Amino acid sequence: MRKVGVIGAGMTLFRRRLQETGKEMCFEATKMALDSAGLTRADIDMVVNGTAPDAFDGVHMKGEYLLDGCGGYRKPYTRVFTGGGTGVFSSIAGWWHVASGLADAVLVVNEEKMSSCQPHPQSVFAHIWDPILDRPLRPNLVWIFAMEMNRYMHVHGVKKEDIARVAVKNKRNAVGHPCAQLADPKITVDDVLNSEVMAWPVQRLDISPPSDGASAIVLASEDFIRRRKIKDRAWMSGVGWCIDSTMWTDRDLYFPEYVARAAQTAYKRAKISDPRREIDFAEPYDPFDYKELHHLEGLLLAKKGEAPILTREGVTERDGDLPVCPSGGLMGVGNPIAATMGQKIGELFWQLTNQAGKRQIPHEVHTGVAQAWGDLMQYGSVVVMSS
Amino acid sequence: MTERITKWPGVELSAADLNEGKVTQTRFRPNAKYAWSAGEAMSRFLAELQNGRLIARTCRSCKRILFPPRMFCEVCFRPTDEWTYIQDTGTIETFSISYLDTDAKRIPDPILVGVVSLDGASPKMGMMHYFGDMTKDEIRIGMRVKAVWKPWEERRGSVLDIRHFGPLRKDAK
Repeated sequence: MRKVGVIGAGMTLFRRRLQETGKEMCFEATKMALDSAGLTRADIDMVVNGTAPDAFDGVHMKGEYLLDGCGGYRKPYTRVFTGGGTGVFSSIAGWWHVASGLADAVLVVNEEKMSSCQPHPQSVFAHIWDPILDRPLRPNLVWIFAMEMNRYMHVHGVKKEDIARVAVKNKRNAVGHPCAQLADPKITVDDVLNSEVMAWPVQRLDISPPSDGASAIVLASEDFIRRRKIKDRAWMSGVGWCIDSTMWTDRDLYFPEYVARAAQTAYKRAKISDPRREIDFAEPYDPFDYKELHHLEGLLLAKKGEAPILTREGVTERDGDLPVCPSGGLMGVGNPIAATMGQKIGELFWQLTNQAGKRQIPHEVHTGVAQAWGDLMQYGSVVVMSS
Repeated sequence: MTERITKWPGVELSAADLNEGKVTQTRFRPNAKYAWSAGEAMSRFLAELQNGRLIARTCRSCKRILFPPRMFCEVCFRPTDEWTYIQDTGTIETFSISYLDTDAKRIPDPILVGVVSLDGASPKMGMMHYFGDMTKDEIRIGMRVKAVWKPWEERRGSVLDIRHFGPLRKDAK
């Protein structure tokens, strides 16, 4: 396997509604990523697109629909989709294009336009459920998060207050992010606890709402990076992905075993034996505040039930011992599902190359981990990156 | 780089911009309809629901009693072996008190919904369903519950043949 580096990143604003079409958003993010790497489309061998259910945009063959904006015209081009896990998984697909030796330089472009779906994208989430077992109950997607959150709280005796701290931290971290939809420098734990109850224990400020946006990264081989004298690069040192059964009512939801398995694979590839000591910062998937805690435990960066304690003690603040979601995460920057690659892989790149500006972690960091999660509470994708 | 860029791309729209036609747009309403054949395992499962019973499949290899039933074991990756009835009683594993309906519209009277693991199936195996005959203040994880079936003539061979799971009281046995 060849060494693969991230050499450029770009993203659009994340907003509840953007005027630009999906293609236009992809073009903007892709152009920015290419410019930051000092490359043009002609330098790119292959293109990977990541985007979540077609039903949001309302265009089937969404990968094909977006390809011109992704720089895919007359190139080997693939769209990948692993639900919410796409936000990190598409970069893994890009990694294997380069690691295998098939390509020297690859674009990975992720997009989501959830505002097209009227009146709210929730209505098409109904189509992800099992048609016989679940759909007759007319489920709402928030239910599964509520059920998982409640189980997690119950098993470890976690208080809602400790979960709300994640929302506060990430919305405050996002103040330094130029694309943020949900930054709030003044938010308090009480604001979260007093927000509207949607599906208890989930309240309005526990959730990252729908969003439009696109993000892009450029990957290249070590040889390409040396030949082109590219200075700003961060190595993808480990990747892992894993899926559990869709029979989600047959397992205990308190711990994401599939994330742990994906993380173990990624750590092994990165030659990391003690993640808590060797990982300097993390960008776990946080579409809901409790998910950051759940995923920190899945990523083996906290013992089971320990993530809320680390959060309360300030360990996960930007200036803490283990900064978590220094970007502002999905809770602060926004959640255009696959496009959250911008806060996950993009943020790792920017932090590791000292380009994160106001969000830069104040102490030196060398190794970070990004993770995304999706499908019916069953999919984990993990990438370790090093300077 | 994030400091060097002054203009990040994207033009924000409000709901009114779309709904009041302030921006150029186009609209489409799909009309998609589906019919799913229930398959081998689910056809029997649904027929048994109409009879007021819950049925599972056994796997001799991993010794699990699989519910919801399936014709192959995803762990051992072999065909399952036998049909077996399980009880219509169980334990609340988790739940939500939902003020959202399926379209994310707000509703005043919350839906109690969650996962019930069923007695007679392997541990933690169960189904999603509604809970009833209890208030939002009474429901708790670990609570023992029993299926409340619709009257025979109202059953259609659907998970909705169970109206909800209600408290399992000693006097109800």
